Amino acid sequence: MLQYALRRLFGAVPTLFLIVTLAFVLVRLAPGGPFDEEQALAPEVKANLERAYGLDRPLHEQYANYLGALLRGDLGPSMRLRDFTVNELIATGLPVSLALGGMAILLAVGLGVPLGALAALRQNSAVDHAVMGVAVLGIAVPVYVVAPLLALVFGIHLGWLPVGGWSGDARELLLPTIALALPTLAYVARLMRGSVLEVLRLPHVRTARAKGLSPAAVLWRHALPPAFLPVLSYLGPATAAVLTGSLVVETIFGLPGMGRYLVQGALNRDYTLVLGKVIVYATLILSLNLAVDLLYGVLDPRVRQRGRS
Amino acid sequence: MRADQPLLRVAGLSVRFDTPDGEVRAVDCVDLVVDRGECVGLVGESGSGKSQLALALTGLLAANGRATGSVRLEGRELLGLPERELRAVRGRRIATVFQDPMTALAPHLTIGTQLVETIRAHATVDRATARTQARDWLERVRVPDAATRLRQYPHELSGGLRQRAMIAIALAAGPDLLVADEPTTALDVTIQAQVLRLIADLVQARGLTLMLISHDLGVIGALCRRIVVMYAGTVVEDAVATTLFDRPCHPYTRGLLAAVPDLARPDHRAQPIPGHIPNLLAPPSGCRFHPRCPLAVDRCAQEKPALREVEGRRVACHRAEEALA
Repeated sequence: MLQYALRRLFGAVPTLFLIVTLAFVLVRLAPGGPFDEEQALAPEVKANLERAYGLDRPLHEQYANYLGALLRGDLGPSMRLRDFTVNELIATGLPVSLALGGMAILLAVGLGVPLGALAALRQNSAVDHAVMGVAVLGIAVPVYVVAPLLALVFGIHLGWLPVGGWSGDARELLLPTIALALPTLAYVARLMRGSVLEVLRLPHVRTARAKGLSPAAVLWRHALPPAFLPVLSYLGPATAAVLTGSLVVETIFGLPGMGRYLVQGALNRDYTLVLGKVIVYATLILSLNLAVDLLYGVLDPRVRQRGRS
Repeated sequence: MRADQPLLRVAGLSVRFDTPDGEVRAVDCVDLVVDRGECVGLVGESGSGKSQLALALTGLLAANGRATGSVRLEGRELLGLPERELRAVRGRRIATVFQDPMTALAPHLTIGTQLVETIRAHATVDRATARTQARDWLERVRVPDAATRLRQYPHELSGGLRQRAMIAIALAAGPDLLVADEPTTALDVTIQAQVLRLIADLVQARGLTLMLISHDLGVIGALCRRIVVMYAGTVVEDAVATTLFDRPCHPYTRGLLAAVPDLARPDHRAQPIPGHIPNLLAPPSGCRFHPRCPLAVDRCAQEKPALREVEGRRVACHRAEEALA
């Protein structure tokens, strides 16, 4: 298992390298550069700036320099937020995004899985219809509608929770977490419901009943572990999407996370900032997929053996 | 409990399924008595209701299925028994071996876990004792290297070993009646004979009662002294094996026997029964076999034949006497 994990980890290095290279080329293919503004800079000022950031060098040289710095863990200075290095920007934004995204995923799984399973076990009951109704809403209503509504109701009318901003108070993360978690929660609930219904019809569940096991043993030992597998495979990309897709929520609730830097960076052609963010997200996605694959092996021995051989 | 009470008495058992297309009557008014120590074979084409009959015994029908009639185990009615009491019957009194051991065993649990949970569902023993018993059971079904197999998952075993493990799981709680539903159909022919031999030996050694379900008369004939032939949810003939093979009565039984290729007589071509198994959403009137029956007369389409005693067997055919003549 450990050997498999390590091998997968090393296997991710070329992928990461490829992503960095592609991102490096793509961001430079976009018209304009970091020092093009509406009010054009004087040519000599611009030339000075470009020289200072090494942008006057041939592209392959810039690329080699960037990779060299990257190997030392240096993502370079931000080209637009000039007082900061990219490392500093990530160090301030990432913890907020991770806390928000992590809580949202925990909420989505912690509520979505039991609700979905419950809906399946009480198929066509009022519980089932209620859960699935809310799930459809959760998937259909976009987050930029849900988030202001939450802020309006709980922040302003009821006054229970802060409307936005970030001072380090955990309560400030509550509404954004709910807004961010809702679509994933809804999808997980639907996925789990369908999966449980399917597994309950499988022959091995009938065998478990035929052996005279208690309903609890049939459910918890025989039905739910295999039913969770499709949810687990969805969780890899879903977690990455929640961690990276929090831009809207971060903006609405005024949270200083990573999301806003990505968009700002891309619009400003802040090459180093964009690349830094791409690397962070790629690493997140790669390691989440690895984690999902490893967990898959825990739940399904057939996968575990394939990994071992 | 009276001593002359049969182990299993099924009377007027019907199984219906609600489907979007209407009600399917998979089993229609079946009467069947199985005595203690008997080996009864249930034979019929797929869709004849034999598997649903077996599932209905212990209330294992799919959610849209409903059983009516009576299923008595040593005189005690099982139909309508609360789930809690049925659980004590399942595995402990009536155990079932299913067709495909690959899908019938839980893929994510070791053989040991699946054996131990069966043992512990019906007896208060600690985990270690149950584990020892589990190993003994694997040895009894002739699984080599039982201690290792206990720790393995179903997919790590060959088909034959998987079905042996399935049999061990079925027997682990010490049932009286073993229902084996196509236990060898998913196996290689060479393994089939071994598994049948094993079932026969276990039945004899442990004094089990066996209900063997198969579409294969050869499999049934190898193990069972009595054979019940089912067609489209009804019992059409119920006779001692030798009687059935030597002088089949019901036209369907005759068709079934004629459809088996005889390797000893290669010039003698197997004769398939013309037509198809009826759609159970709208079964034929009268005798369900009449549209395919070479002996059918007008009465067969109007009146459902009752199961009656004819020359030492039970048969459901208006023209049983003519068929035997």
